[in-house]
Amino acid sequence: MTLLGVQNLCAYYRTEIYGISRTVRAVDGVSFDLLPDEIYGVAGESSCGKTTLIKVISGNIKPPLKVNSGSINYHFGTYDVDMVHISQEELRRTVRWKEISYVMQGSMSVLNPVRKIIRTFEDIVDTHERITDKKKFLEKTREHINRLGLPTEILDSYPHQLSGGMRQRVAIALATVFQPSLIIADEPTTALDVVVQRGVLQMIKDIQALSNNTVLLVTHDMAVHANVADRVMIMYAGRIAEEAPTESIFNAPLHPYTQHLIRSLPTLGERSTKASLRGAPPNLANPPSGCRFHVRCPYVMDVCRTEVPDLVPVRENHRVACHLVKEASL
Amino acid sequence: MSTTEKLLDVQHVTVEFHIGGLLGGLLLVAVNDISFSLDGDRPEIFTLAGESGSGKTTLSRLILRDLEPTQGKVLFEGRDLATIRKRSEFKEFMKKVQPVFQNPFETFSPLRRVDAYLVDTAVNFGMASNRRESVQIVDDALGNVGLSLEEVSRRYPHELSGGQVQRVSVARALISHPKLILADEPVSMVDASLRMEIVNLFRKLRDEQKVSVIYITHDLATAYYISDRIGIMLRGYIVESGPVEDVLDRPLHPYTKLLKESVPEPTTKERESWAKPIELGTTEVKEYGRVGCKFAGRCPQVMDICRQADPPDVQVGLRMVKCYLYRDNSGRPAT
Repeated sequence: MTLLGVQNLCAYYRTEIYGISRTVRAVDGVSFDLLPDEIYGVAGESSCGKTTLIKVISGNIKPPLKVNSGSINYHFGTYDVDMVHISQEELRRTVRWKEISYVMQGSMSVLNPVRKIIRTFEDIVDTHERITDKKKFLEKTREHINRLGLPTEILDSYPHQLSGGMRQRVAIALATVFQPSLIIADEPTTALDVVVQRGVLQMIKDIQALSNNTVLLVTHDMAVHANVADRVMIMYAGRIAEEAPTESIFNAPLHPYTQHLIRSLPTLGERSTKASLRGAPPNLANPPSGCRFHVRCPYVMDVCRTEVPDLVPVRENHRVACHLVKEASL
Repeated sequence: MSTTEKLLDVQHVTVEFHIGGLLGGLLLVAVNDISFSLDGDRPEIFTLAGESGSGKTTLSRLILRDLEPTQGKVLFEGRDLATIRKRSEFKEFMKKVQPVFQNPFETFSPLRRVDAYLVDTAVNFGMASNRRESVQIVDDALGNVGLSLEEVSRRYPHELSGGQVQRVSVARALISHPKLILADEPVSMVDASLRMEIVNLFRKLRDEQKVSVIYITHDLATAYYISDRIGIMLRGYIVESGPVEDVLDRPLHPYTKLLKESVPEPTTKERESWAKPIELGTTEVKEYGRVGCKFAGRCPQVMDICRQADPPDVQVGLRMVKCYLYRDNSGRPAT
């Protein structure tokens, strides 16, 4: 049983100014499943469509963003949701924060700087479930904070009094008040230093292990995926380049882009010269023909320039979109 | 060694900020009695690493003379920066010390073409007397970063990739032929696939242009990759400094050890050790106000003395460690 099934999803930004229309194909033909009880990593550079993908699957579809084709189906236990056709009212009442919640990059902009943390909790809980008994609410919130291993003093602090790492953990605590089935974490540790990053990611892992829900972890940092995710998807220019369990991605990456992402950055204690890829991430308003990576690929062949490679299974649970890789007969 | 041989000599600088209201409030010591120096005859890359809120940026503002220290002084080529008063003197100083900032898209105005910045810099610093003369200088500076005027002329920042804009930003800093470049997190906003071109560039500048670089970062892997020496900062102090191989291969200070352990590696082999729970500070201000070692609250090897007074600077081989564990200078932790 899957938690989320995404089939052939195409989501474009379409703008029209003075009769000139422009289409940015941010997510172009993406299919994947999320399983219950896993941490699923999404990796890719800026402007590869990661954020658009999150927006679409969390139902945050507002013009100029439009879903052109494809389906997004959730199965929350006995409750099924078709995210493309759901009404805003139903989304707000029963799905958002109750089933799908969201941890953003800058925790400072999630928390209101002039309200104590407990008031922010109150705001969020009250929006989704009217608070009738204030005492009970306080008790439950304290319990929740304790369960996550955070000190309860933070509830009476203002955001600026907390350290960056603690603020980010408060943002995670806020996202988990209703025990959602899916937590989307969009670059949750990008602005933090390594020690704090480790603490925050440990908390995400602990919560996942505690409530057996699904975490969609989006970050460009491959090293984070290596240490946290169960499965990883690599996106490039709006498409899936490769998807596999973490072990396979790191021990036997098949797509040249994945290989580059893993090997390009020096690891601690390394001095040998490392090179960048030539070129730059493509403009999605006018993506390259054929395989979108061919302009920068070190192994480019003629077929790559004209034909779009399909995302094919090569091993169990391992899918790759590259002409170099032959489909395995499973 | 006399101070005149030094390119940059930071002597016991302290910066205090008063935060909070007029009456109450709190004294925050952002930079606490820090000393380090760069040699004048041998260009090097010196890294300042540490978590956010450790005082890295405050220290860099001191070196750029954007901020005056509460105590201590910063000497550049033997001259105390506090004695620079005239505009012309400040301009001379700026010619020799140039910054490169974190986000290349914020460095340049989105409404202005990037080559205009380069031409302006050349004219403002008197490298060229007019626009036409500046063309050659600008082209040379761009050549040093692997670009050419042809590629960037008449381009707006959004028309270039993050890596390219950051290289233009380095080229701008190079126009006045500086002796020192201060790069504050220059790669953290650049895409992973383009990051190495910037990092390699700093290496090339040191080797070919003889420019010293102060590289401020929290990315220890790139710090190890390019730098000669490193200083690890924690809550206003440099807790450990020395040759990068010594400090990062065999860290002594418990904080450096924790920092090194926490760097995630792109392999799945260390998942378990990396998942070992660690303690984090709740509030930054609390740690700043702590008496004694600022790391005492989180240190696994904490002793009573750590909470009573500031630890001494201990010389162990080529490096300096600020920790009671190494009091006897042997390089082995005391028990």
